Amino acid sequence: MSTTAEPTPDKYSLGQSMKRKEDPRFIRGAGNFLDDIVLPGMLWLSIVHSPYPHARLVKIDKTAALAVPGVVAVLTGEDLAAHNLAWIPTFHGYDKQMILAVGKVLFQYQEVAGVIATSREIAQDAAELVDVEYEPLDPVVNPFQSREDKIILRDDRENKTNHIYHWEVGKRDATDAAIAASDVSIKERVVFQRCHPAPLEPCGIVADMDAATGRLTLYLTSQAPHAHRTVVSLVTGIPEDKIHVISPDLGGGFGNKVPVYPGYVVAAAASVVIGVPVKWIETRTENLTTTGFARDYHMDVEIGATKDGKVTALKVTTVADHGAFDAAADPTKYPAGLFGIVTGSYDFANAFTELDAYFTNKAPGGVAYRCSFRVTEASFAIERGMEILARKLNMDPAELRLKNFVKKEQFPYPSPLGFVYDSGDYHLTLRKALDMIGYDELRKEQAEKRKRGELMGIGISTFTEAVGAGPSKHFDIMGIKMFDSAEIRVHPTGSAILRAGTKSQGQGHETTWAQIAADELGLDPQNIMVEEGDTDTAPYGLGTYASRSTPVAGGAIAMAARKIREKARKIAAHLLEASVDDIEWENHAFHAKGLPGKAITMQEIAFAAYTNPAPDSEPGLEATFYYDPPNLTFPYGAYIAVVDVDPETGFVKVRRFLAIDDCGTVINPMIVEGQIHGGLTEGFAIAFMQEIAFDESGNNLNTNFTEYLVPTSLETPHWETSSTCTPSPHHPIGAKGVGESPNVGSPAAFVNAVMDALAPLGVTHIDMPLTREKVWRACREASTA
Amino acid sequence: MFPAPFDYHRPGSVDEALALLTRYGADARVLAGGQSLIPAMRFRLARPAVLVDINALSELSYLREVDGMLAIGAMTRDAALETSALITSKYPLLADTSALVADPVVRQSGTVVGSLCHNDPAGDWGVTALAGRAQIVIRGATGTRTVTIDDFLVDSFTTAVGDGELALEVRFPTPPPRTAGSYQKIERKVGDFATAAAAARITLDANGAIADAGIAIGAAGPHALRVRDAELLLNGAKPTKELIRAAGDAARKLADPAADNRGSVEYKKDMAGVLVARGLIAALARLGVEGLR
Amino acid sequence: MKISVTVNGTLYEREVEPRTLLVYFLREALGLTGTHVGCDTSSCGVCVVVLDGDRAVKSCTMFAAMADGHDITTVEGLVQGGKLHPLQQAFWDCHGLQCGYCTPGMLMTSYALLKHQPNPDEPAIREALAGNLCRCTGYQNIVKAVQQAAAETNAPAPEPVAT
Repeated sequence: MSTTAEPTPDKYSLGQSMKRKEDPRFIRGAGNFLDDIVLPGMLWLSIVHSPYPHARLVKIDKTAALAVPGVVAVLTGEDLAAHNLAWIPTFHGYDKQMILAVGKVLFQYQEVAGVIATSREIAQDAAELVDVEYEPLDPVVNPFQSREDKIILRDDRENKTNHIYHWEVGKRDATDAAIAASDVSIKERVVFQRCHPAPLEPCGIVADMDAATGRLTLYLTSQAPHAHRTVVSLVTGIPEDKIHVISPDLGGGFGNKVPVYPGYVVAAAASVVIGVPVKWIETRTENLTTTGFARDYHMDVEIGATKDGKVTALKVTTVADHGAFDAAADPTKYPAGLFGIVTGSYDFANAFTELDAYFTNKAPGGVAYRCSFRVTEASFAIERGMEILARKLNMDPAELRLKNFVKKEQFPYPSPLGFVYDSGDYHLTLRKALDMIGYDELRKEQAEKRKRGELMGIGISTFTEAVGAGPSKHFDIMGIKMFDSAEIRVHPTGSAILRAGTKSQGQGHETTWAQIAADELGLDPQNIMVEEGDTDTAPYGLGTYASRSTPVAGGAIAMAARKIREKARKIAAHLLEASVDDIEWENHAFHAKGLPGKAITMQEIAFAAYTNPAPDSEPGLEATFYYDPPNLTFPYGAYIAVVDVDPETGFVKVRRFLAIDDCGTVINPMIVEGQIHGGLTEGFAIAFMQEIAFDESGNNLNTNFTEYLVPTSLETPHWETSSTCTPSPHHPIGAKGVGESPNVGSPAAFVNAVMDALAPLGVTHIDMPLTREKVWRACREASTA
Repeated sequence: MFPAPFDYHRPGSVDEALALLTRYGADARVLAGGQSLIPAMRFRLARPAVLVDINALSELSYLREVDGMLAIGAMTRDAALETSALITSKYPLLADTSALVADPVVRQSGTVVGSLCHNDPAGDWGVTALAGRAQIVIRGATGTRTVTIDDFLVDSFTTAVGDGELALEVRFPTPPPRTAGSYQKIERKVGDFATAAAAARITLDANGAIADAGIAIGAAGPHALRVRDAELLLNGAKPTKELIRAAGDAARKLADPAADNRGSVEYKKDMAGVLVARGLIAALARLGVEGLR
Repeated sequence: MKISVTVNGTLYEREVEPRTLLVYFLREALGLTGTHVGCDTSSCGVCVVVLDGDRAVKSCTMFAAMADGHDITTVEGLVQGGKLHPLQQAFWDCHGLQCGYCTPGMLMTSYALLKHQPNPDEPAIREALAGNLCRCTGYQNIVKAVQQAAAETNAPAPEPVAT
């Protein structure tokens, strides 16, 4: 029995499925999305794109376009060059990217010219009439061709090579030696295909230069409004106080709305030059062909193990396709993001990973698509590798995992590739999953089906993520440390406004941020208004992506609230006529030691803060906190997929899918479950459908929603979910973040399940997406072999 | 994305529509459900100078049995078939098809006749119309003619409907007793055109032999194809696993698909065979003949 | 050309270009921005509105001119007498939305569904919603919400618009 009393949960407590505060406007159609913003005198921008993946730009003739009534301007790269805006630096500053093509186009659909007109329709009519003469060049469409350096893509760069960088971590020699000495080893190339976040709301901007005040207001689909304000200031030289970024309601983001895109820059430049507001809204084709691709990692996975199944070494060698510019959205010191999490949930004595990145004639990007900076690629690599190893060892994949997990007592666990995992109980979580899904029964059913020649598969993925970038000693973007911030002002009557440097895109911050503050302060979460996305009012923060909001801003909110509580304690002492040291905080109220019956609420204290402040104390009740997390957080989970495969057509039916997630302290279980449903659906989509592919000539094959396949309610499986809870020891409320776990963990579970189903045919690996044709082909080749 | 400018007409009668189509000839396109035409116009792949919108012609919206035929009017939407008791009870092949066209919202606008007139190589209705021996009634300035579906499907995106003409209805012979059909489609997801498709229609005689078969495949050539070799094999034969396999093989042999994002030539050819076999098995199951899988 | 359209019970007469898509007419001519745009291919369904009381249509695949003389219900027309429609209430109760961008289309497709099938089961709801994409929820809670709303409205829902 513990001697300290557990707090009695009440309406302020964390962990309740409070209905979302943001929903009333969305269910009425009263959200305020970017394209809803209409300003007087506003013009529209339409962009002219290159039909060629690689070509010399010979001539651009604007005459016919300019002759269309309603056309105000046609801008080209040369026009932007006059303002030093033809190129801008990429996020981490190691490369630069073209806004409008100058000299050469480097990918199909690259932005070549912008037409500004009085209506959307006229802008598009005139864009058709911009006459561009190209001299096509041979394209380079895959990184293995690129690394031969026979065709150099970037003549603007000093080094005449397509190689962008080499990155490595771990002990190469020891790892190689351990693999060579192992009883059993596997090596497999697994490709995580190029895909795209494709939020249903495309990207867009309304740029509004106010000539009278000299202030540039940018309404922007931005997951990181402050970072974007700083970038705009650095690139244009406009003082940062003269730039106001407003990120309105976002119709999904998933990483797509982190980078700065040419359409933004052209619209802003046009507004500055013309002096009226200019709007640009991406078409779906522009979205899929020019902005924010993700993944495109070709990974060679090697694992060594003893014959009884103890892993000894892991080596992963990656070739990364970065497209035409190195615009990957990763922290400055982490060109391959947090790929070092590739040792996953397993205790490897030796590990080494290296990566080489190359330019190709494809769109730039490399965004963290529902993913903490390359954690998804890494998790896929290790979880596929473990599955392949289990097969080779003729060992049950669950047993192999249980044998090699980092043990509960090893936390904080220093991984061989440099992380310190905060907490976890991997055995507990996997055992719970096996139990809940009835693993032993399923294996029996599978054995019976195999006797009849039926293909049934069970796939496991027990991933560990690294999220919440990040501690300032390691993490920055353009030199700006990756803290986040919160400001809370408690009003005299006990309601409050909470502002944060993050930006919800559907995660429900207006609800969960209020819940964190409510629990810390004993205020009604219904009366804590949350505001994000306006750089004039919110404190500086790095934004929402990479599952960083709860680990970083969530910490900032709790700490800001605690600052308020410390001040409130002094007011309580004043009101209770007791010494500050004798004031205790219990059950969301203060009382003097020994007098719990005479409690004073935060609402009463708030009133006093403005009407009867403590002597020698500043009136008011508010605080700001910039939270620099001491470490990342390491959410994890155990996922199991059960599939049936029709060998005649290649159709895979996902019969069941169970996700057990451990994200530490849960703020709102309903929202956590919703995040998991959504992430699993995107993981399913990536495993079976979503791909941005190119033909040999460099043509993009997936340029709209008839070809970039997003699953509907009919394809999407029914999800079963549950949880375990291992709080983060270093986070103020023990939370770890969850939005990306299901997208990180699930692709391997699906692929492992299908490969398990195909095991009797001797099929070891098929690259995603697992289309019917690929599965059919594997079955057919096996049956004819 | 926005269509290029065009002139818009909404006639109040079939005669008025025909007068407009005659006046504008090749410059005009008929707008019915618009579910293929409008996206094509938004991408400016289609740039008709004139649209003749027949949505106001409510007299063209019907499902009725006349003289041993089911008539489907030019403004009858796919969803009307899905929810019709007549269709679900007597025309299972059509019921199957209507539930697999595009997506459920598109089906509330898209029309059967419009889909036939669009004649996408991977469209659904051409396949079912071939297996079902449909006829299309076409009216022009000089009168009305009826063409068989075999003559109607001319080439990809081309039909027997000429400039100045309007397809008024499609007719399916009412199935005789002991008849059933099935439509089978492989699509990458709901809303997609077919990767492969097949329609099978079977009438059994009193002895359980196949008296009449209609077999067709989609996404296997410039337009839907009737698998005559399969029909010849089936007619007069008792249904067996071997017969069904042979019918599927006839479809594989006939299929001449184009490779695209939906699949390779090899895959689509094989699926044509798989789906013909599955369509036959499903149709026969509807007639109480089981055990052919 | 001039068109007359009744939207959420109010008759509007407006001059439009023939090529004006219905969704932009609603959003820009009438200021009803609850109906969204997400693709150009009639694929995503964020633009779904209800035509003539019970027909769900993708308003980006219909010209405003085609709506002349018709009756349209948008998400803004669901609230009646200050009270949320049972579907709106159920989406809120069941966490049937996250970013909110697909929500109006989902609500309107569901609204038309319940007009035809007052008590659909889960497979029927999944089937009916397959023309509407959602990137956030994985559909599960949307399906749950439609089931809840159906249970509450087995008596006919209040008519939001009448011609």
